[in-house]
Amino acid sequence: MRAYWLLARTWTRAAAQYPASLAMLTVSQLVITGIDAVAILIIFQHTSSYAGFSLPEVMFLYGTSGVSFAIANALIGTVDQLGQHIRAGTFDAILLRPVPALVQVAADQFSPRRLGKLVQAALVLCIALATLDVQWTVDRIALVPVMIVSGVVIFAAVWVLGASYQFLAGEAAEAMNAATYGGNYVTQYPLSILGRDAIRALTWVIPLAFVNWMPALYILDQPDPLGLPGSVRFASPLVALLLCLVAALSWRAGVRHYRSTGS
Amino acid sequence: MRLYLTVAWASVRRHATYRAAAFGGAFANIVFGFIRAYVLIALWQTKPEIGGYDVAAAVTFCFLTQGLIGPIAVFNGGLPEVAQRVRSGDIALDLYRPADFQGWLLVTDLGRAGPDFVYRSIPPLLAGALVFDLRLPDSPAVWLVLPVTAVLAVVVSFALRYLVMLAATLLHDERGVSSAATILALFFSGIMIPLTLFPVWLRPIAELSPWAATIQVPADIFLGRYHGIALLAALASQAIWALALLGIGRMLTARVRRRVVVQGG
Repeated sequence: MRAYWLLARTWTRAAAQYPASLAMLTVSQLVITGIDAVAILIIFQHTSSYAGFSLPEVMFLYGTSGVSFAIANALIGTVDQLGQHIRAGTFDAILLRPVPALVQVAADQFSPRRLGKLVQAALVLCIALATLDVQWTVDRIALVPVMIVSGVVIFAAVWVLGASYQFLAGEAAEAMNAATYGGNYVTQYPLSILGRDAIRALTWVIPLAFVNWMPALYILDQPDPLGLPGSVRFASPLVALLLCLVAALSWRAGVRHYRSTGS
Repeated sequence: MRLYLTVAWASVRRHATYRAAAFGGAFANIVFGFIRAYVLIALWQTKPEIGGYDVAAAVTFCFLTQGLIGPIAVFNGGLPEVAQRVRSGDIALDLYRPADFQGWLLVTDLGRAGPDFVYRSIPPLLAGALVFDLRLPDSPAVWLVLPVTAVLAVVVSFALRYLVMLAATLLHDERGVSSAATILALFFSGIMIPLTLFPVWLRPIAELSPWAATIQVPADIFLGRYHGIALLAALASQAIWALALLGIGRMLTARVRRRVVVQGG
């Protein structure tokens, strides 16, 4: 943990040597991810109710997913570069150092510019919270930070799972984008727009439904298209922990499986 | 001319090797294609027709344009390989060749796009067709002009990225300039959401932009939204952007050339 902050601080200071470039990159990150929000606004130009959800409700989904994703991405997103480390042979050096390999890969190239997305998503979330028509009971208020933290953990675990897979198939980096960036994209919308099988897959196989969809159903008082028992809506922390465990085990298996490149 | 054909062919062969990476990319394109399709289907459930698209056209648009991301490459920003060569100094070699600098890069890029059309455009359309009723072109004229619009789209995209590369070289800032270019491309090409859904005041501006000529116009041609003269006009708009942007790039090349300082010793 200490090693992570040390590495992250070092990379931040390195990035801060070019303040203009860092500012521009942070702003452009903010705008790039904001384009998704514009897409939602354009959709609501044509309709006032989208799959039974109002604009503030979709913005709530967008904001919670975005905040969780941005934090996970800033903390651990660079693990998808693992394939590069393996190909270039730098992973050998990583294994030699007295710091866990996962910490080193995650802190590698840490850049505060990734927080540009966090600012943008947090802004959307604040607007959504201010305009939502919800009976704000204590449990609903408490559920918001719980879902965001669970979301961070779930996204981070998906990233580690994807990275572990790269021990087997180094070329998989782009395919993994489907689970991480695709996961962020799909959880911006009500999952009920998908077919039922797709929702099932996102609940039981890659449990991205627990990032924000399940708890949001409770907060927004919306029906569950799968008709699962009400307690499932509170299962996000449990799912996050389980997924973490699976990710940790597969990472360890991956490191054991690793054989250096070379002929 | 033979020189350029040889260069293009070498580029085709080079890019045809990275099949695993290309299919990995195609897989991500397919997943995003399905999500985008479901996003639009939910909107079309409120109305049967929006901006001249029915739901079949909207779904086809998603898979088709996901398949164009790889070959058109307009979202890559600039020309990262050239920027790398500027940094390393290898650019001196490129400027020294007995071939036109811009032309050399253009045929290299066309050669790159060739295998990408095979590896990355066809899989998303096939995957989409397994689940949805896609709208394939029904007129022979459209099938005939598909290669033309595809090549023009790559040329417009190249000309844009070439300009970005020049700007990055002049400003000594590659990442900032190229992400600004990516933002414009994401917004105005139609990949974020079809330009047909844009508000009335913004739609004509977006549709006339060079980014529309890379994604939205070829997609609309594929969907059979242009016939006869309108079809020719759509192709002409792509050709005009291609020529204009390549022309501007040529003019600026001469200026940037004088500014390039080659380190050596």
